Amino acid sequence: MRRHIEPFWWALFSSGGTLAAFFLPVLIFIMGIAIPLGWIESPGYEKLFALVSNLHIRVFLFSLISLSLFHWAHRFRFTLYDGLQLKHLNRLIAVLCYGSAITGTLMTGYILIIFSSH
Amino acid sequence: MNEQITLEVLRYRPEESSKQIYQSYDVPFKKEWVILDALNYIKDELDGTLSYRWSCRMGVCGSCGMMVNGEPVLSCASFLETFHPGPIRIEPLENFPVVRDLVSEMSDFMEKLERVQPWLIRKDEDPPEGEYLQTPSQLMDYKNYSMCINCMLCYSACPVYGLEPSFLGPAAIALGQRYNLDSRDQGEKIRNAVLSEDDGIWQCTLVGECSAVCPKDVDPAAAIQRLKVSTTVDFFKSFLMPWQNR
Amino acid sequence: MPDNHEYIKYHPRWHRTPIPVFWWIQKWVYIKFILRELTSIAVMSFALVLLFHVRALIQGPQAYSDLTELLSTPISLILHSIALISLLYHSITWFSLAPKALTVRIGKWRIPDQLIIGMNMLAWIFISFVIGWLMVTM
Repeated sequence: MRRHIEPFWWALFSSGGTLAAFFLPVLIFIMGIAIPLGWIESPGYEKLFALVSNLHIRVFLFSLISLSLFHWAHRFRFTLYDGLQLKHLNRLIAVLCYGSAITGTLMTGYILIIFSSH
Repeated sequence: MNEQITLEVLRYRPEESSKQIYQSYDVPFKKEWVILDALNYIKDELDGTLSYRWSCRMGVCGSCGMMVNGEPVLSCASFLETFHPGPIRIEPLENFPVVRDLVSEMSDFMEKLERVQPWLIRKDEDPPEGEYLQTPSQLMDYKNYSMCINCMLCYSACPVYGLEPSFLGPAAIALGQRYNLDSRDQGEKIRNAVLSEDDGIWQCTLVGECSAVCPKDVDPAAAIQRLKVSTTVDFFKSFLMPWQNR
Repeated sequence: MPDNHEYIKYHPRWHRTPIPVFWWIQKWVYIKFILRELTSIAVMSFALVLLFHVRALIQGPQAYSDLTELLSTPISLILHSIALISLLYHSITWFSLAPKALTVRIGKWRIPDQLIIGMNMLAWIFISFVIGWLMVTM
């Protein structure tokens, strides 16, 4: 039996979609709208720095960011396929989408690892 | 009481023209008439050249599927009254080649149904004395998927099938899952190998229209999603517990 | 098509209708579908924004206050609002479709689809309030 890689991408897609659905709306609202508009007072640099220094928080942020990227990569790949009928560019699109997500994941990992040395 | 309603029927007669054209027919508007009754009236009284498939006229045989005002429906189960005052657009099922008028070519669908091996697969070849026993709750596990009448409305509603005709499609995958979930069956592994091929479940982007248009309330979208989950679990299991591969 | 076609003397000339490129604007359900799929762009963008937040924290207080300034510009507020609407749509559609993939059983009883959706939504609201409360009281 030939083994397909598709279940692997789908697992990343669906876990990313679930994390994004639970956590991103409130984070966007607080960090991108409520704090800039002054509805909520910003905790300030020191407290946020201490927060992200926490290992659990960094592991969580890594999962959230990386899986969100993979969620996008998988969904957007099919949006291009079906929405613009680009099936003939199948391979190129897959490489670009998943490649960007992998690059983003490496960057996230790097940034969160050097955070611990600060 | 002689109210009429207009049907605009998309016709295709390859011996006359390679193009499809709309032809209008005025038929009596009767409350108790379904679209199929109106088509039969046209065929009997107005234009004997109109071609369409039908058989049972009671939502069981699955042969009278067509597009009515852009939606795939069984013409025997759609009342004229719903579309009053008209005109009503009647077109052949979308995503299938048209043979003539409202008759679509379905051998692709038939081949796909066969491909999922929709029969009980047993490891032991000797059938039991009598029958395989099954409890009502085991029946409930797959009953929904066994209600399919092969009317192909789900294929017509599925943009993925339209774009990628090699896609195995909703009804065939739901039928495969129907046998997978049957307590008497032991062929899940064999069937899933077919269902998770490149033109199988992974093509699906969960538009969800297959389930929405099904006249028998089968839920092919759910069948496909659950297969994605179980195939994914098997995929990771085969890495974590490689000794289980056969 | 199966290969074992029998010979047909007068092969029917089938009519095929090509799918238009913009098939997804032809029906309301397809528009809703494509909008759902496009929410992934907002997911990806905000994931990167989160990453910029973390990077600014590393770079020091100056970089962080620069980022704060950038975030209060009208363009940023508009983009974040669009992202918020997209993500709300993503969350609602995601939880609504969850029962398609999940069947949860307690003994012989299968949890009804509506209950699975409801529990997901409640968990979502709960998580949002907890995070909001933590940020306010931090």
